[in-house]
Order: sequence, then C-alpha cells, then structure tokens
Amino acid sequence: MDSKTLFYILKRLLLAVFTIWVVITVTFFVMHAVPGGPFVGEKATTPAVQAAMEAKYGLDKPLMVQYGTYLKDVVTKLDFGPSLKQRGRMVMDIIGDGMRTSAKLGVIAACSSVVVGVVLGAVAALRRNKIIDRVIMVLTTAFVSMPSFIMGSLLLALFAIKLGILPANGSTGKGLILPIITLALYPTAYITRLTRSSMLDVLGQDYIRTARAKGVSGPRIIFGHALKNSLIPVLTYFGPMLAYIVTGSLVVEQIFAVPGIGRAFVQSIINRDYPLVMGTTIILAALIIIMNLITDILYKVVDPRITLE
Amino acid sequence: MNKKPFSVQVDLDQFIPATEEEKAYLVQMRPSSTFFKDGVKRLVKNKVAFISFLVIVVITLSAIIIPMFWPYSYETQLGVVPGRPVDSSYNNLTPFSYGRTEEEMIANGEKVFPHVFGTDAAGRDYFIRVVYGTRVSLAVGFFASVIVLVIGMIYGSISGYCGGKVDIIMMRIVDIIYSLPDMLMVILLASVLRMTLTPVIEGTVLEGIGSNIISLFIVFAVLYWVSMARLIRGQILSLREQEYVLSAQATGARGGWIIRKHLIPNCISVIIISAALQIPSAIFTESYLSFLGLGVNAPMPSLGSLAADALNGLSSYPYRLVIPAAVISLIVLGLNLFGDGLRDAFDPKLNG
Repeated sequence: MDSKTLFYILKRLLLAVFTIWVVITVTFFVMHAVPGGPFVGEKATTPAVQAAMEAKYGLDKPLMVQYGTYLKDVVTKLDFGPSLKQRGRMVMDIIGDGMRTSAKLGVIAACSSVVVGVVLGAVAALRRNKIIDRVIMVLTTAFVSMPSFIMGSLLLALFAIKLGILPANGSTGKGLILPIITLALYPTAYITRLTRSSMLDVLGQDYIRTARAKGVSGPRIIFGHALKNSLIPVLTYFGPMLAYIVTGSLVVEQIFAVPGIGRAFVQSIINRDYPLVMGTTIILAALIIIMNLITDILYKVVDPRITLE
Repeated sequence: MNKKPFSVQVDLDQFIPATEEEKAYLVQMRPSSTFFKDGVKRLVKNKVAFISFLVIVVITLSAIIIPMFWPYSYETQLGVVPGRPVDSSYNNLTPFSYGRTEEEMIANGEKVFPHVFGTDAAGRDYFIRVVYGTRVSLAVGFFASVIVLVIGMIYGSISGYCGGKVDIIMMRIVDIIYSLPDMLMVILLASVLRMTLTPVIEGTVLEGIGSNIISLFIVFAVLYWVSMARLIRGQILSLREQEYVLSAQATGARGGWIIRKHLIPNCISVIIISAALQIPSAIFTESYLSFLGLGVNAPMPSLGSLAADALNGLSSYPYRLVIPAAVISLIVLGLNLFGDGLRDAFDPKLNG
C-alpha cells in the first residue's frame, strides 16, 4: 500500500468522523428545536413536577451545556441517557435489544441477496437475450420499481392471510421468512442487474478472448476470470445496500411487527421519546457511514486499476 | 497557358453559369434537423420509453381531470349527514355496492353514481381517494424535483464556474451532506418540522397544503440537491474551458451572465434527464414517509398513506392495498423507463 492510498484512507476516515459529528449535532439541535418539551403531553403534571422532571434530566441547563454533556457521554461512553417513555431503561439497552433481531434480519437478507443476485446476474449475462435473460430482466425491473412497504404488504396479504402458509409476525424461525424476503427483494434485483451488466462488460474484454483462444474451458473462464472481475461493482453496492436494509427495516419491521431497532425508531418518533430518537438516529447513521467508508476503501484496494482522487 | 507573374490569371471556366443539375445540389431537400428534433425522433422510436410516456400522461391527465366531474369528494364521509345519526352502512362498501339511502333512491328509480372501488372504513368513495392520492403524489414528486433542480443548478454552476478555493469549500459541504444517511435524516427532519411548522403556518395560505408536505419540501431542499449539484458542477467544469466562454469573458461578460446564457443552456439535456429521474425518487420518498405516518395530513390521501391505511383491513379488503400499490408502481416504473429513454435519446454520452 503506497502513501497515496494511506492518504486517501486517512482523508476518508476524517470525513467519516466529521460526518458522524455533524449527525450528532444536527440530531441534537433539531430535536431540541421542537416546541414544547418532552413532558408537555404528560398527564397530571403541575409546573412544579414538570420543573423537577426537567431538572432530573438536565433539561433546565443552557442548551450548549446540555449539548456538551451529551456529546461527551456519547463519544466516551456510548451513553445516550435514559429513555423518557420506557421508564427505567437506558436508550443503549433498548437499541441493543432491537439490534439483535434487526442484525439477524439484515445479515440474512444481505447475504441471500448477494448470493442469489450474483447467480441470477451471471446466468442472465451468459444467456444474453435468451428467454431466461428476458424473464430475469423483466422481474428485476418490476422489483426495483416497487417500494418495500408495498412489497411487504402484498407478501403479507398473499402468504400470511390468503394462503396461510407463513406466520404474519414473529421474531424467530418461520416468522422471519417474510420480512427477510421483503428486505432482500430490492437488493437482489439490483445486484442481479449490476452483475449482469458488469459481466457482459467483462466478457467483451480482450483477456477473455485470449483465454478462449488458448482453449480454457468455459466454466474456468467464467469462474476463474470473468466472475472475479465482474464482482467489483457489486462490492461498491455494499454500502448503499446496508443503508437500504436499515431504512427498509423501518417499514418492514412495522408491517410484520418484528421487535427490531427499526420499529423502536418509528415508535420513538410517534411517542416523542427524544433520547431514543436521537440514539437510534446516531447509531444507525454511524453504521451506514462506517459501512460506506469500508466499502470505498475496499473498492480502491481490491481493484488496482482505479486511480485515487 | 503560360503563367505570367503579374497577371490576375482568371480561369474563365469557373465563371460559367451553373446548370440546372448543379443547382439542384444546393436546394434544401428538407429542413435541417436540430438537436432537439433528433432527440425526439430517437425517443419516439424507443417503444418502451414511448409507451411509458403515454402511461404517465394518461395517469397525470386523469389525476387532474377526474376530480373535476366526479360526484364524490375525497373527504366527504357519505354516511355522515348533518342532523341525522351516522349511517354506518356506507362504511367499507365493496365495489359497486350502495349505502342504505342510496339503495332507497335506486328503488325509487333515481340514478346513483356507482362507487367503483367501494368506500373506505370511514365511508369515503375509494376511487376518488385513489385519484386524488395520485394527484398529491405526482404533485409532490414534481415540485420536489423542481426545488432540487433549482438549488442544485445554482449551487453546482457557481461552484463549477468559480473553481479554486470556492469550489473546494462548496464541494466539501456537498460531500458532508452527501454522506449523511438521507432516509434517517429525512424521517428525523420530517417528524420534527411537522411539529414545529403546524403553529407557524396556521391561518396562512400554506395551511391548505399541510405542514407535512411543506416539511417534505424543506427536507428535499436541504438534503437532496447534492447529487444534482455534483452533476452540474462536473458539466460546467468541462464547459467553462470552451472557447466561447473565453470569448465572452474577453468581451467583458460577467460570471452570472456567462452561466445563464452560455453554460446552463449547454448542459440543459443532462439537467432535464436527471430532473426526470428525480421525480420517481421523490414519489418513492413521499410514499415511504406517508406509510410511516409522516406524509400528507389527513384527510388528504396520498398513495403511500392509502396503502398504509389498507393494512388494517387487509384480510377483508385486499384490493384497497393492491390498487394504490399498482398505481404507485406503475408511476415509478413508467417515470424510470421514460427517464432512461430520455437519457438514451438526448445524451448518448451518458449511456453506459
């Protein structure tokens, strides 16, 4: 690794750290700009009780002091404070609980969409303009155009309610099948199209023709030469895919009542649970930013042909 | 013929009047084709793009025209008549069935306009709600893209034209906004703005649009212009090295004039194409937010909120989900395919 690559990585790292700081700051000030504090809607609060509550949560201090404390706690201890609505629970615990379910969902969806997408894309490229290619392309075009919440609702209507084969909700076993399919369909379709076009590009390259001319067998050309090189664009999709799965899980978990972090986020917005909203936003945003960073660096390291800016 | 050094050496053969045949070469057989005409020709030839264009036009026109003559309105609860108990027979009607008072009218020989898609749980005609929701979704998509286009164009062209330190600083800002996870920020901003805006716009014209849609526009204006700005900056960067820009500068034209009169018109095709592709993404975002309950204000429908409402009665009335789902998929698919066609027709360079 030369100094230029290191410099690039350092630059991206700084940008990522800075972006996370921007997210924390924006989230903090945006949430504090909401008129009416978090305790306004509470039942039976006298001004005295309200003042006591605000003192307990430090809301009576000047905004900048609150910001300083918050930033310090988040950066040093990953502490987002207590939840306002779920009494006695720390935001980090709620996020941790939700994360366990959501991570399972997300990882399975991501892995299966990569595997299925690459296989389908390669098949489509190798059988270009044949029936199977046409079918794959039409289906993927349709899936790419369909918002995940509609896909999820339709799957729910068909498999859980009409046919009754699969359960409509649940966080384990069979209950996860429908949410995973819903989450995975869009990335699968996208990866299929990506693999197909890059595979077609690679198959037209000189070194493939050379390999053919040398008498290398068909499967060896595909697995030894073509597939490896055509996977680079797929690699670049990892970051966006994670972002998609995170935001997609917000609605998918809502539809299928999966007790994950996405559901916690949506519920916290509806309940005006400020610390939880801030905590989830920051954690998910950091996750996406870090994943994008890793993807970009990997991309530059894997393919030496790419010049660094 | 000898060449004499100081003579004009006129070759008289070159001054013979042209024959009719030779004149015919100069006659214009057909008007010369412009860039725009070429593009339109290519676009019409592209069957997929042309059909999607027709689909979009039909959907848009029906979303505009149908509410004008349809006898029901999207917010009227048919079972609720002032001074009478609520008639629940109007709630959850299946397609082409009628409420109690309507059935009496039919028995009396009067004509009642059918409820093509039935009614929803609150007794509102579902067909007109879908049409109106389509109108809202399309309008949000269109205006959001216009906002993105204007901001991105101004920002990108200034950054690209000025170059140097200005460009570096402006692009770092873009980089940071670009690396923010957009959906999370959208949800956060939309939920907060919704609460903040409601008291502010009370009593003004904006109240009719609803705080949610306005916050949606603000979110678009804050977050989504960055990729447009990047694209336009890239175009301007290469265009400003052209000779005509130098000549304009030499004759004393100011930067703003050059950007407006020379640079923007030259990258207009790229701008239009990306604006066309921006509309489906805005519709997507709006429906997503509506689905989470952060979209349009009730009772105004949008395709996303209709789909979300349909989830409650999914087992009995699945068509209430399928109809808005089909319309939204059709719009997004049609716009995407049309945008691709536009790109192929007007900007062969971009076609990767």
